[in-house]
Amino acid sequence: MSSYHLDLFSALGINILLALSVYSPMATGQLSLGNAGFMAIGAYVSAMLTVHLHMPLFPALVIGGILAGTIGVLVGFPALRLKGVFLAMATLGFSEIVRNYFMNFLETWTGGAYGFRGIGDTPISIVWIWAWVFFFIMFFYVLSRSRLGLMMIATHDDDTVSELMGINIVRLKVGAFGLGAFIAGLAGGLYAHYYLYIEPEFFNVWQSIYMVLFVIMGGMLTFWGGVLGAGIFTILPEFTRILHDWRGAFFGVVIIVLMIARPAGIVTREILRLDFWIPQRGSRT
Amino acid sequence: MFAQQLFNGIMLGSTYALIAISFTLLMGVLNMLNFAIGEVFMLGAIIGLTFVKIGLSLYTAFPLAMVCTGILCLVVERFSFRPLRHAPPLVPLLSTIGFSILFQNTAENIWGSERSQFPPWMEPVIFHIGPILISSTELIILGAAVLIMLGLDFFIQHTRIGRGMRAVAESTETASVLGVDANLIISTSFFVSGALAGASGILFGLSFSFVSPFMGMEPGIKGIAAMIVGGMGNIRGAIVGGMLIGIIEVLTVGYFGALAKDFTVYGALFLALLIRPQGILGTMQSERARI
Amino acid sequence: MKGKSILTLKGVCKNFGGLMAVDHLDMEVLSGQVCGLIGPNGAGKTTVFNLITGVHRCLSGTIRLEEKEITREKPYRITRSGVARTFQTIRLFSNLSTLEQVLVGQNFLPKSGAGTAAAGALGTGLRLRDEAEELLKLLGLWESRDQRPNTLPYGSQRKVEIARALATRPKLLLLDEPVAGMNMRETRDLLAMISKIRDLGVTILIIDHDMKFVMGICSTLFVLNFGRKIAEGTPDQIRRDEQVLEAYLGKED
Repeated sequence: MSSYHLDLFSALGINILLALSVYSPMATGQLSLGNAGFMAIGAYVSAMLTVHLHMPLFPALVIGGILAGTIGVLVGFPALRLKGVFLAMATLGFSEIVRNYFMNFLETWTGGAYGFRGIGDTPISIVWIWAWVFFFIMFFYVLSRSRLGLMMIATHDDDTVSELMGINIVRLKVGAFGLGAFIAGLAGGLYAHYYLYIEPEFFNVWQSIYMVLFVIMGGMLTFWGGVLGAGIFTILPEFTRILHDWRGAFFGVVIIVLMIARPAGIVTREILRLDFWIPQRGSRT
Repeated sequence: MFAQQLFNGIMLGSTYALIAISFTLLMGVLNMLNFAIGEVFMLGAIIGLTFVKIGLSLYTAFPLAMVCTGILCLVVERFSFRPLRHAPPLVPLLSTIGFSILFQNTAENIWGSERSQFPPWMEPVIFHIGPILISSTELIILGAAVLIMLGLDFFIQHTRIGRGMRAVAESTETASVLGVDANLIISTSFFVSGALAGASGILFGLSFSFVSPFMGMEPGIKGIAAMIVGGMGNIRGAIVGGMLIGIIEVLTVGYFGALAKDFTVYGALFLALLIRPQGILGTMQSERARI
Repeated sequence: MKGKSILTLKGVCKNFGGLMAVDHLDMEVLSGQVCGLIGPNGAGKTTVFNLITGVHRCLSGTIRLEEKEITREKPYRITRSGVARTFQTIRLFSNLSTLEQVLVGQNFLPKSGAGTAAAGALGTGLRLRDEAEELLKLLGLWESRDQRPNTLPYGSQRKVEIARALATRPKLLLLDEPVAGMNMRETRDLLAMISKIRDLGVTILIIDHDMKFVMGICSTLFVLNFGRKIAEGTPDQIRRDEQVLEAYLGKED
């Protein structure tokens, strides 16, 4: 495979992880516009661990992810009180705080605003990225067909009523939020060790917005939607080369049209006919 | 030094206040966050600059640009709001994000990504008021912002359409019972919102000698932050919020350096959402609402 | 175990801003009964349900489910203790089919996973599925098990809500205006269904405005006005109570 295609598929893998990181909270009804912040935490922490402490990659990635996930849980608790645009803005604000933090502090270790160069000598193999992608796709597949997945949809549809059905929505929502942060952190670590260079400017609001767009356009209610959305966003620019610099405008229009024509996104649960792993006896259409 | 910073903060704050008002108008009347306002702000500056460059005086270009941005916002209404009236609130928001991307990319392609600035439009006279240095240009810009805010306040309080907007903001059912033409109100709200954002863009471009297709993102987000901090759906809240954010930003740059500026601004937003999500002038959502 | 107290409210008060929505309410519902909570609009009936289920916090007073005090418990714990409810406006999960709605109700029940070893960790179970299917058949919802709520007629949606509540295996079922907006036939259907549920051993407390319905099925009535209990007794007693008539019809001058 040419190095160009390699890059493309690596980017695709990371985008899929980012989409899944947004899908997790969204599946419980929480819109996070701040996952770029968690991605940054994972990226910087894992990079510092491998470069300065010479830690092997796997533990560094996991620690970066866990740190991001823990912070996600901490943010997730107060976030419970916020809904809709308030939550979106709080997560956005949080993400900007994180970005600014890496711009101003820890400069001796991370290069601050000038960026963190030389994260290793060679990019990690694309296998690293896709191993994680497969892992999480499996994970979400099992989750989506389990009772936990059922509870997530219920919480997404109506969290007050869900609580009255005996669901501990605090644990569910904070857990989903933290999981999303963990995955974003992992994606950040993988990104850092593939491109070997990160800077705070990269983890900006647009980054968070694109991740959300993957999920929204692909389909909000099933994790395959995010996967598809990531795929479209990563691959489509290749096919729209003729548009040159107008690709952005084209995407803007696509989003506008899609929201009118198919607001739930391209992939829905009905299309997939996914049902829950509740063992069946006898008749079933 | 502090007083000077305070004044600069008020200058910046007044542009944030105008954007915040743009956001809060639509939030109050329609409960909708129009993400595209940030880019409409940018287009106001760019279109204004273009008019000046083809020979119009600034005093003509300004209102003309406002009309253009008002119309742009009507386009947003047509595609992001009207067909999506009954969709869950996330959907129109995302549609306006689409417009945001569209506007920014289009501006970049048509006008180029270089930054530019308004040509000098008058001889600035510097005066001293106590320890503060103020230039006449700054005073005029501040004056324009204040004038616009007063004009808007008058419009909302004393015209039929303005009152209609308040009625719809209170309750759409009551409004229609009172014979208010909701569609007219909605279109007017979008137009006014767009015009304000455009005006804010020009004032910003003039104050900071900075016009570029990328100038809209940050002020846009800070405008939303200001709206939330001050209290959503509330024009006075938007003004208070805008001023506060502007002052915080300038003071931070003054005392901690330019790199730290967003830190405190977003820190303030985050804290505000944690402690008092309804904002400074906002009212508590009643507990009753839920079931 | 008839005669045992299932639900006890003592001195329960709740205010919203300056308004006293529930004012020193004392109520006792005995096991196995079907009781009605009635009163003019705004009397505070749904608020009482909200207080019992933990949606709102009591200003003062205590609420007991059998022996256990549930006054300050979180809603999900109260449900797990055995209280389930339906809502004035139907609130079904829009993205779930009828069967799935019922399955959600089972989320915290012991997961008896016969023959589902791998999936056992995430909690699936043959017996629970059977129970859900039985419930649907009992309530006449088997035909619509794969349908989403927005494709079902109003009467069926109400039934699904009740099925979902029953899936939690409640001791006490709270029904908030179950026959609102229904025609005669649907109301009769629901009446029959409630009898069936009572026969299963579930205690039921109903809020409704349809007097025929309420008087027809309830053995005890509690009448609320302005947040206060103004009368309590059998349908016959209530029918003749002066204060009740006054509350509903206004004072005769």
